Amino acid sequence: MAGDSVTRNEDPGTGERSDTPVASPDLILEAKGITKRYGGTLALDAAAVSVRSGEVHGLLGQNGSGKSTLIKVLAGVVLPEEGELTVGGDRLTFPLAIGEAHRRGLRFVHQNLGLIGTLTVAENLFIERLALSRRTFRINWGSFFDEARDTLRRYGLHIDPRIAVQEIKLIDRSLLAITRAVAPNTATGSASIARLIVLDEPTVFLPRDDVGRVFGMIRDLVSQGIGVLFVSHRMDEVRDHTDRVTVLRDGRNIGTVETDSVDDDELVRMIVGEHAARSARAAEELAARGDQDVPLRLHKLSTRTLREIDLTVPPGEILGITGLAGAGYEEILYAVFGAGRGATGSVELGPDLADVRELTPHRAMELGMALIPAERLLHGIAARVTVEENETLTVVDRYFKRLFLNRSALNVVASRLTMQLGIQPTDHQMQTDQLSGGNQQKVLLAKWLVRRPRVLLLHEPTQGVDVGARADISTFIRQMAELGTVVIFGSAEYEQLADLCTRVVIIGDGRISRVLVGDQVTKENILSECLRTSSRVAPALGGAAAK
Amino acid sequence: MTVATPTERGASSPPAVRRRRRLSLERYVLPLTWLAVIVVFSILKPDVFPTGDNASAILSINAVLVVLTIGLLAPLTVGDLDISAAAVVGLSAMLVVILNTNRHVPVGYAVLIALACSCVVGLINGFFAVVVGIDALIVTLGTGSLALGATAWMSNNSTVTGLAQSLVNLVVQDQIFGVSIEFYYSIAICVLVFYLLRYTPLGRRMLIVGQAREVARLSGINVARIRIGSLLFCSFLAGIAGILYAGTSGSAEPGGGSELLLPAYAAAFLGSTTLTPGRFNAFGSLIAVYFLATGIVGLELLGAQNYVQQIFYGAALLVAVLASTLIKRAASRNA
Repeated sequence: MAGDSVTRNEDPGTGERSDTPVASPDLILEAKGITKRYGGTLALDAAAVSVRSGEVHGLLGQNGSGKSTLIKVLAGVVLPEEGELTVGGDRLTFPLAIGEAHRRGLRFVHQNLGLIGTLTVAENLFIERLALSRRTFRINWGSFFDEARDTLRRYGLHIDPRIAVQEIKLIDRSLLAITRAVAPNTATGSASIARLIVLDEPTVFLPRDDVGRVFGMIRDLVSQGIGVLFVSHRMDEVRDHTDRVTVLRDGRNIGTVETDSVDDDELVRMIVGEHAARSARAAEELAARGDQDVPLRLHKLSTRTLREIDLTVPPGEILGITGLAGAGYEEILYAVFGAGRGATGSVELGPDLADVRELTPHRAMELGMALIPAERLLHGIAARVTVEENETLTVVDRYFKRLFLNRSALNVVASRLTMQLGIQPTDHQMQTDQLSGGNQQKVLLAKWLVRRPRVLLLHEPTQGVDVGARADISTFIRQMAELGTVVIFGSAEYEQLADLCTRVVIIGDGRISRVLVGDQVTKENILSECLRTSSRVAPALGGAAAK
Repeated sequence: MTVATPTERGASSPPAVRRRRRLSLERYVLPLTWLAVIVVFSILKPDVFPTGDNASAILSINAVLVVLTIGLLAPLTVGDLDISAAAVVGLSAMLVVILNTNRHVPVGYAVLIALACSCVVGLINGFFAVVVGIDALIVTLGTGSLALGATAWMSNNSTVTGLAQSLVNLVVQDQIFGVSIEFYYSIAICVLVFYLLRYTPLGRRMLIVGQAREVARLSGINVARIRIGSLLFCSFLAGIAGILYAGTSGSAEPGGGSELLLPAYAAAFLGSTTLTPGRFNAFGSLIAVYFLATGIVGLELLGAQNYVQQIFYGAALLVAVLASTLIKRAASRNA
């Protein structure tokens, strides 16, 4: 039974590290050898995961690595071809009966939470009871709401059960969904209590400041002996809040390790495999050549919200610019590229001096600049044309010879870019919106890197991409800088800023409020400096009034 | 990992191949349907339908519609609707005839003046739609109506005849392989636009402008210039269509050309479901025009009334767009 369970996580072919956890009597869930095929593709290849009582267990992997398929197998929604599932010491047989996972104490909270916005908090909390009730008309609403309030309080949620879910804050919705999953349901009379809760990226839609409350609730659950299987893309959350992690790649177990026994780089390498090394090589091929000792200087740059910003960025540096939402730091990027409306000042790049008022994206491109905008499908690439057409758009003139576009040469360019950036699938005649977010982002990078820019202006370049693509893109940016590209990196992801930049400029109140250099560049410092800009706006009224 | 990668690739490539094959089926639905229509009418009316005269008539008569439809592709590709083009056909036709007959302007100059006036309409469209920023549909609704009114005004609301025979010869009397020369003009224009859209950087830029205007702007494309140019080009081709229109009949009538608006749009959209599905394309539009014309001539030979035209245009357009949507949906479900 549970006693003979040893997590099988060796992957002989890869040589990745793998710790075999001690066989544990309080193993709540053990899945092993789970194999699932979709057509010719192996979605899961002998995947395994085990969760102990009172443990937060991270499940990591890139998009498409098999995480969600594995979770669906646990929930009994997807039937695997092979595999064993043991819950609380009892071996279950596939296919699972309807509701079996629930009876055994497995609970699932999906990314979209499964709440109905127009119903009240109480109705959502007890939705199962309402759905299963034999009564058609009579509900004692008074006691219904009282009971809901009690249940919510017990889990530390102080919200009015009578208001509609769409009226409550995002964080409260997340907490409500988790509460609903774990609260004992007295009305249905089932003896089932929650033993394991599976949280599928519960924090992606939450404001960063509220994420802590989710983990507070998770800690409470864990202290009651409940196991938590936690799916996330955020390295810092995994690092801070999990005991062990299991990494999946291409449907296979790469390993299960104690979180404290590995560092971030190791973890990322487990997740992404060889990708990172390839991006480094590709960056070398794509970086600009020649006269590299040219810094980018901004003189008295003013925009709608910014006033007279002066900055110098030497080649080889990744300059971070950030601030609170609404501080307008990103306007620097667009103004420098000639895409900001109503901007003034000048941009100097070596011998070239451009008045920002006369600068257009076309002229900025001639000067060697490239802008990766944040809104990928709105500003970055066209969704309904092919990958090739997006990738080659900025250089298409070079392939117009003897009155004809050299389509085969364009195909070669696109193939090479697709390979260099590791874009999947490799068929560059596919329509761009058929790619995943991370791959679309790489298409956007490819479109600009093909010009070998001297200045790379980045606005949230890893927004909404999976951890693998994120690591690829970070490596890329770093390599481009090392090879002499001027990089300005505008982002509200403080951890990534701290990771990539040696100098971070914090914008507040329309001007540079602080510059962090060297050792000062930490996630905490950036955050506190950003917050300080807001308190300076209206110190007497507190942070809220700043908005 | 080095061992695993090729097998993964092997596993993922068959769906891609299958997808492409299904797409290529969608590509040829319209041409194949056209052939089927020809075969069916040839069987039903073996003595009048499959004849050289009939084929020659269908090919010549529709040259005006082909040129107008091809003209519409430019604004459609960049994401604008120009509904003034059909009125410009009438304006251009009327100008040529009136200048040549009432004002005794040599026919060559009359043609140039008519084309210049057509281009002026295009520039007005471009100014209001792009520089001022009013929706092109509304702008061209206005200018189209103005052009229609101007045509009626200058002709005192009556048909004008007596166009120089030299132009009539150059449009319809001269024949190559039994088909009027205007057909070859329309094919030449079709080839030109095919080339522009497919084999020039300009065509690529137009596509991006139409699909995602902000992406185009942030990629250094001069969006305004491309949109104005497209509206100008559309009006220019409408002007040429007007000259063919006048040359075909040797006369011009007030309100002439406006009957072409709906068929031209039907053909342009129908054409976008074929050859390169999802994109407005020249040869697709050409096939669509002749598919519609063939169907209507066939039905009329079978004794159908005049109104069958409108019904056939509408039904064909709806069926084709529906079919292409369903095929696309099925493809993405299976992908």
